Amino acid sequence: MHKVYIYKRFERFWHWVQASLIIFLAVTGFEVHGAFKIFGFEKAAEFHRIASWMLIGLIIFAIFWHLTTGEWRQYIPTTTQLKEQVIYYISGIFKGGHHPTEKTGLSKLNPLQRIVYLGFKLVLVPITIGSGILYMLYKTFDQNNLIVIEDYPLASIAFWHTLGAILLMIFLVVHVYMTTTGKTPTSNIKAMITGYEEIEEEQEELIVENDHNQNLG
Amino acid sequence: MIRTLLIIVLGTIFTLILVNLFHQEDNYNLKLETLRHNYALKAVPSVNHNILPALQRDFKTPQEVTEACLTCHTETHKEVMASSHWNWERASYVEGRGISSVGKKNVMNNFCLGTNSNQQSCAKCHIGFGMTSSHFDFNNARNVDCMVCHDNSEEYLKGASMAGYPDRTVNLENVARSVGSPRKSNCGSCHSFGGGGNNVKHGDLDVALNSCSREVDVHMGANGMNLECVACHTAKNHNIIGKLYSVSTDNTNRATCEQCHTTTPHLREVLNRHDSRVSCQACHIPIYAKVNSTKMSWKWSDAGKLRDGKPYEEEDSLGNHSYMSIKGSFVWARNVKPDYIWFNGTADQYILGDTIKSVPVKMNTLNGSYHDRSSKIIPVKIHIGDQIYDKVYNRLVQPKLYGETQGDSAYWKDFKWDEAVAAGMKESGFRYSGQYGFVETVMYWPVNHMVSPKEQAVGCAECHTRNNGRLAKLTGFYLPGRDQNKSLDFLGYWMFIFALIAVFGHATIRISTKILKNKFEKQIINYDEDKPTD
Repeated sequence: MHKVYIYKRFERFWHWVQASLIIFLAVTGFEVHGAFKIFGFEKAAEFHRIASWMLIGLIIFAIFWHLTTGEWRQYIPTTTQLKEQVIYYISGIFKGGHHPTEKTGLSKLNPLQRIVYLGFKLVLVPITIGSGILYMLYKTFDQNNLIVIEDYPLASIAFWHTLGAILLMIFLVVHVYMTTTGKTPTSNIKAMITGYEEIEEEQEELIVENDHNQNLG
Repeated sequence: MIRTLLIIVLGTIFTLILVNLFHQEDNYNLKLETLRHNYALKAVPSVNHNILPALQRDFKTPQEVTEACLTCHTETHKEVMASSHWNWERASYVEGRGISSVGKKNVMNNFCLGTNSNQQSCAKCHIGFGMTSSHFDFNNARNVDCMVCHDNSEEYLKGASMAGYPDRTVNLENVARSVGSPRKSNCGSCHSFGGGGNNVKHGDLDVALNSCSREVDVHMGANGMNLECVACHTAKNHNIIGKLYSVSTDNTNRATCEQCHTTTPHLREVLNRHDSRVSCQACHIPIYAKVNSTKMSWKWSDAGKLRDGKPYEEEDSLGNHSYMSIKGSFVWARNVKPDYIWFNGTADQYILGDTIKSVPVKMNTLNGSYHDRSSKIIPVKIHIGDQIYDKVYNRLVQPKLYGETQGDSAYWKDFKWDEAVAAGMKESGFRYSGQYGFVETVMYWPVNHMVSPKEQAVGCAECHTRNNGRLAKLTGFYLPGRDQNKSLDFLGYWMFIFALIAVFGHATIRISTKILKNKFEKQIINYDEDKPTD
């Protein structure tokens, strides 16, 4: 057994705060949408607004972190072993096979994750947050006031915001489930909490071997 | 260790920030406090009319009082005679009509129908003396009634069907010496009694406002600011601001909440933002007719039933007339939730002589729509009914209702529609075909008074709710919490369910294959372990 440090401290902080904010925003947001009643419309809308600003703040920090640390490179999409990764989830996983890709601090995401998370960061979150900001600032000012967003139909802003929210919820379900596909069902979650992930022995041998070879070389 | 401490410290700070954000007390509203302070100071009259020499005399006629007023206020009659209170009409531009003169002289309503041929009775609410017919001299300053608005003795009273003259019991000397700034009782003596009784027409103008609690009207409440009408309905040169769209047409000279409260009265920005499309009244007047009932429906077609050849009246459980032979049948209501419409401040009225374009006939049309940027959602009282019209000329008719005696063709004496309409239309200057029927009508009364304390304002969820919200009837725009993109929601719901099923399916296969494999491995292990003991 070998422990590898994969998730940095800020990364873990960002991940869990973002997760709680997104879940809280989902609860309050779908209440505003009329799906159920927990806080009441007034409080739900207010909480949603506050939490949304917190999420925006957090994401600004996260973007800064990704850029300054160069971690953004982790999300550069690749097709290498993408097919193998998909096949693993479809069949290999049932046969007790091993992940076709290894996880290291330098490459924490498998090819499938790279594509999905890149989509999450560049499409899903921008759609939801962008439409959310338009929603929040929405106002058809009367003639005596400054016009910021002029007669842009609220129905379409709401459409994109709801679409983003629904896709985020589907992402959440699949994402949470996928965390159980590590060495043990909880090893991935533990890694996101402690930062360290236990690497499987065979892979460890590989890594040691590689290191050895590199040393020799 | 340091890391754990750091996490605990940061976690605590984060939690405190959250607690602080989520439990925000409403700040002290200085704007409101300043207004309260300003309006708490009541003006002291600069003149005591009781000691003026010009008023130390007997007055035989009310005109003599007016003449006495004019000895000091030498030009004031000109201001009054330029007002719609005097002229019963006001020139304005109306979309589709051009410049037209609109007012009580020519508009119709679905209560007592109209003033023409009934001036003797209707002029009880004209600020003049002797308007017995449409031939009233609007240029005679002697007939201006100063007292009805300026009497502070509460003694002045206009006589019933006396063409605007005061009741014979009024002590003119006393009234003349106690004049001052108009009070609620002055304005209310007409505006609360429109339609022939207290609170009949408006619903939000009740004689009870003269002495009410804050819960009934937060501005006029005796235990509140106790404001007079003229505190908001200010006047320059007797041109009083504020008007109602039963007789008004253009978006000028209005009394607004914003004139005191500004367009940003709330501490919460999201509420202020509503002001662009929602009127203050829409949220702050949750119900109207809070004290006495108001008329919601008036069916003239039921009028004329007689018992033993005599007219009769019936009352509902609250003592309101439910039937009168002279007027028809009524429906009253109290503590009414308003209806809501889009309104941009301009309106059109049904003017006597207009052709009926649609049924129910709109006695007034309040213009506005969601797509008109200057429109806001306002609360209205909708008064429905039916009334007499000319089947051939396809227009509403003006019957002569009031008459001194029988045989004068007045409906209220003779109960003969044909004669009453013929007489009324003749006096109004219109033809009558002789064939009448009854047609349904509707009239919109913006609700502006009976503002509730802020604690009772309409809550967010009363409109932002999926079903049966207050704005359920206002469609054609997206209201968060009420509206949804049905296909997106449907698709999203099933996509979410599908994701759950897929995840559970995947998990089930994983677990079951693992169990099967474990069983297999276990057998091998047993075999291996058994071997040495063999």
